[in-house]
Amino acid sequence: MRDNEMEELLGRLRSIEGVSGAVMLSTCNRVELYASSLCPLRALDGFRKILSERAGLEAPLYYHATPEAVRHLFRVASGLDSMVIGETEILGQVKKAYSAAADAGAATRPLHKLFQHAFHVAKSVRTETQITSGPTSVGSVAVELAGKIFGSLKERRVMILGAGEISERTARSLQSRGVKSVIVSNRTYERAAELAAEIGGMALHFDHWEKSFADIDILISSTNAPHAILTPEKIAPLLKLRRAAPLFVIDLAVPRDADPSINEMEGVFLYDIDSLEQIAAQSLDIRKQEVIRCESLIDQHVGGFLSWMRTIHSPDQHHIGRMA
Amino acid sequence: MERISLLAATLCYLFSFGHTLYALGAGRFQLGRFNFLAMALGAAAQTWYLFLRGASEHSCPIGNLSETLIFLSWSIALIYLVIGPAYRLSLMGAFTAPLVLLLQIIALLLPGEVHVSFFRPNPWVETHAALSLVAYGAFGLACVAGLMFLVQEGQLKSRRPAPIFHHLPPISILSEATLRLVWIGFLLLTLSFVSGILAHLAVAGGKFLFSLLIWLIYAAILFAAKSGRLSGRRFATAVALAFLLALILLPVIERLSGRA
Repeated sequence: MRDNEMEELLGRLRSIEGVSGAVMLSTCNRVELYASSLCPLRALDGFRKILSERAGLEAPLYYHATPEAVRHLFRVASGLDSMVIGETEILGQVKKAYSAAADAGAATRPLHKLFQHAFHVAKSVRTETQITSGPTSVGSVAVELAGKIFGSLKERRVMILGAGEISERTARSLQSRGVKSVIVSNRTYERAAELAAEIGGMALHFDHWEKSFADIDILISSTNAPHAILTPEKIAPLLKLRRAAPLFVIDLAVPRDADPSINEMEGVFLYDIDSLEQIAAQSLDIRKQEVIRCESLIDQHVGGFLSWMRTIHSPDQHHIGRMA
Repeated sequence: MERISLLAATLCYLFSFGHTLYALGAGRFQLGRFNFLAMALGAAAQTWYLFLRGASEHSCPIGNLSETLIFLSWSIALIYLVIGPAYRLSLMGAFTAPLVLLLQIIALLLPGEVHVSFFRPNPWVETHAALSLVAYGAFGLACVAGLMFLVQEGQLKSRRPAPIFHHLPPISILSEATLRLVWIGFLLLTLSFVSGILAHLAVAGGKFLFSLLIWLIYAAILFAAKSGRLSGRRFATAVALAFLLALILLPVIERLSGRA
């Protein structure tokens, strides 16, 4: 759903018989309509028709009426219904959808209240539980660890040893946090140059990578070497050039590029692919454990919202959520 | 009234510490507001106590070991209240509260001693003593930041970080905060020496030598850090140990000051 199509679509949705207000949430993972209606089933039929016209096929739908629709929105806004539990991007998308409906005059009083309440619920869930705790992918784990070592990444320099796909993804994650520069070194110089061009870095001959060692802060290694290339013997003299500055080594190679004992050296923080994945899994576990607390918080808020609905004594009190 | 304000301060710090333990036990790390408020109220109650003592003795209220420890714990709390939010050092209050509380409890448990206004005739002596204790406060908070560094570094090295890891500040920020606090403490201690010289205090004897020893230790730590010879871990460890030594020597220096 393009932004410029939203106003027209909201107008069409409101023209469905019995629908007084509508908010349309459209992301890469869901299309949902929240509507206030006196006749939910008629509204559902109208929505199905509009959707079929747009998509050119009979879209599978499910729908909730109050109170399930209220609970559903609160869960969506809190990130409990997302593919990665606890992700926060969805809240911005819900806010944007509400804002578009409000600007187009498509949000009725119950919908205004419902969405304002949903934002409040999402905030409570985030602050009172650990549902957003920790990173959940290898790239985001690397970014968080780098942040916990260096603070801001803006002045940090990254070196990639071995131009593999996963090291490229990790470097891109770090780049998204604004690292200063990326040096790519590979046994095949052409591949290093290719990747460097792709990510806006600088290529370096593999024989020369040690010369840049004193200037880098993060080393991502994923070569095809059959044995460890980062050993204490090799690293120790290079560390002296660094004037006690910390070094973050991300070893993504199988078999390992780094001897595990370099993690014992002062100022060196070594993480291999297994430990990165383990941290991501740990974060997801924590989030899953928090779901019960979140659901309980949401139940309380659903109760609060329904109490408010009973006080307005309006016949315009049905909310439906539908997804394709 | 003095005793009440002292007990109120202790209760505030106790609440802050207890709240921290409870929150950490429950897996909650957003301590922020309550902890900070409790520390601020504790410092306010201490300020009131020190004001009352100062007014009744007509001198800086560091006339015995109990008052000295309260002044020191007040300095640490006050510097934390200024530095903590500025650096966004989340959880620093959780590490500061136990230290401040410990000093406060020791001060409360010490038998009541007579306030010795040994510096009343000379305001430079008073400045010298107050600056020394505020310097100690900065060293105390540097020790707290250093301990936080060691915890966070341990988490990073373990490769299996506990939930607290996500809530502790980056080691680079902790290292920077520790360094700045040591610099602040060192400059204040140097100024305290200058005011001691202006007060014509003896530049010999046990008190002077112990104080000089502490000054030299911190000077050596700063020099090694500046020259890049100390890794973050060694720097943090050195700062923590130096404060421990300073804390052990504090009663000795205080006793020797009383006799001076």
